[in-house]
Amino acid sequence: MSSFDPFGNNEQQIEELKRWAKKKRRQSATLIAIAVAAISIISSFYQIQPDEVGMVLRFGKHIDTTKPGAHFRLPFGVDRVIKVPIQRQLKMEFGFRTLRAGVQSEFQRTKQSRTEAEMLTGDLNVGTVEWIVQYKIASPEKYLFNFRDIEATLRLMAEATMRTVVGDHSIDELLTGGRENVEREGKKLLIELNKQYDTGIKIQHVKLQDVNAPDPVKPALRAVEEAKQERERFINVAWAQYNKVIPNAKGQAEQQIQEAEGYAIARINKAEGDAKRFSALYSEYRKAPEVTRTRLYLEALGETIQRSERKVFIDSNVKNFMPLLNLKGENK
Amino acid sequence: MKSNNSLGIIIGLAVFTLFSSAYTVSEVEQVIITQFGKPIGDPITSPGLHWHLPFVQKVHRFDKRWLEWDGEAEEMPTQEKTYIWVDTFARWRIIDPLKFFTSVIDESGAQSRLDDIIDSETRNVIAAHNLIEVVRSSNREFAKAADLESVQGKSESKGFGKIQMGRTKLTQMILEKAATAMPDYGVELVDIQFQRVSYTDSVKNKVFERMISERNRIAERYRSEGEGQSAKILGMKQKELQKIESEAYKNVQHIKGDADAKATSIYAAAHNQDPQLYKLLKSLESYEDTLDEKSTLILSTESDYLKPLTRMK
Repeated sequence: MSSFDPFGNNEQQIEELKRWAKKKRRQSATLIAIAVAAISIISSFYQIQPDEVGMVLRFGKHIDTTKPGAHFRLPFGVDRVIKVPIQRQLKMEFGFRTLRAGVQSEFQRTKQSRTEAEMLTGDLNVGTVEWIVQYKIASPEKYLFNFRDIEATLRLMAEATMRTVVGDHSIDELLTGGRENVEREGKKLLIELNKQYDTGIKIQHVKLQDVNAPDPVKPALRAVEEAKQERERFINVAWAQYNKVIPNAKGQAEQQIQEAEGYAIARINKAEGDAKRFSALYSEYRKAPEVTRTRLYLEALGETIQRSERKVFIDSNVKNFMPLLNLKGENK
Repeated sequence: MKSNNSLGIIIGLAVFTLFSSAYTVSEVEQVIITQFGKPIGDPITSPGLHWHLPFVQKVHRFDKRWLEWDGEAEEMPTQEKTYIWVDTFARWRIIDPLKFFTSVIDESGAQSRLDDIIDSETRNVIAAHNLIEVVRSSNREFAKAADLESVQGKSESKGFGKIQMGRTKLTQMILEKAATAMPDYGVELVDIQFQRVSYTDSVKNKVFERMISERNRIAERYRSEGEGQSAKILGMKQKELQKIESEAYKNVQHIKGDADAKATSIYAAAHNQDPQLYKLLKSLESYEDTLDEKSTLILSTESDYLKPLTRMK
């Protein structure tokens, strides 16, 4: 049917038009049916990722839990599928937010996250505690059907338990050796609370990040650290002086003792030598005492006189020679 | 053709009626049906497809899950008049949807009732207890850092000491009081926790000042400890030095004395053989020592040495 002539044979044309319309109607009905079938097939296909399970709800009732892979469901809102990532390790941050994770992660600390981190310690001081909670969804049924907005509730639970634990520790414990204890107890409490709430969540890790004193107190904390270093320095300087003097003194003492021992050896050797010499002389002397004595005397005197540069012999008959004598010894 | 059209309309109406008389209840919902505004029948809690009269009956859906009540942080004084912010949260659910519907109508109605009740009970309990009861939950002793052991007057701030109740018991008290009103609303309240307890700004500044002064005290302690240790080491040095030197002197004198004594006894033993000879030898020896080339020697011809010179006959 290519043209419509309003002035031609209308009766015939109308009949023709009706026949054409009927044919077209049948055609388009088939087309619609095919389209509807195609849409329902496409929309009833869904895929579950390897770390997820699919919770299939038919008219809102949970009828099946599907594993990773491709699945079919009833279309047009009869079946609804909620995907729950049960294998994925989920993480919550408290007191800071990771803006960009990577080799050089970027963190953000806003006023809000500061309030999150600030908490009272058991000695009524204030500390800032940043921590993370890592968890998995252990039971997708409980996770979906037991709690509305479980994520928000978990945040509150984590804050409450961490504050409970920190409230039972002193600021010094928190800043020094108590961290592990706080982590352990925080995890224990959070696990207990999750069990009590029946959240279907498995808490895997509670890890403290930066634990510190509030900003206004930090300089004082650093001053303590500096004082500690200063104490070490004082002690080191004193020990340095000690070490500079004492080993030297010890060495010198040793030297003196060695020298004294040397003296002793020399003294005794000399005495023994002298004694031997005397004894030897004596044993010969004993055989002719008179002669030997004279000899010794004369020898010694002779030697002395020989050595002396000025010699004056005085006859026993000459008196008063003293004025003649130049005792100064400058002239010979 | 006309009858065809009316048949189509009838089928359409039938389908529409069918659709509007069906409703679904999900796993997390509970439903009550009202007819002209009046609730009829028991609440429907089983999930799936359900039927009701179209047009005259209305479906009201309520959550079946545990719901979270997260209160605003409120400023309140403790028993010792320390002002703190207390932020609480609670876990509740609708257990009687009919009563819930008739008394508070919807969740926002319930939330505001919870606000009022929990807030007032929290104030009562906080005002009747010291801050330490709110913060701590046991009487465990704090481990003191080993090198802070000797810092004097560490825990003098007030509010210390044993707690009678503790955090957990206080929340339990608030819960017990608050929960009594709940059945009237068809609500079950099972848990209240302190999310945050913090000082108000003015108190916080005082606390910071105290913390700073406490740290300064510790710092001074370290510094004086360093000076003390240093003095002690220097004293030790002096003592050690004197000990070493005096011991050396003692040993030297001892060794020398012994040697002298031994030498003396050796000499004595030898010389005792003939003291006269010793005297002679020693005298002669001393001449050699005392008379050198500079000495002027005056000898009388009467001396033994020169006698032969004059008496040569």
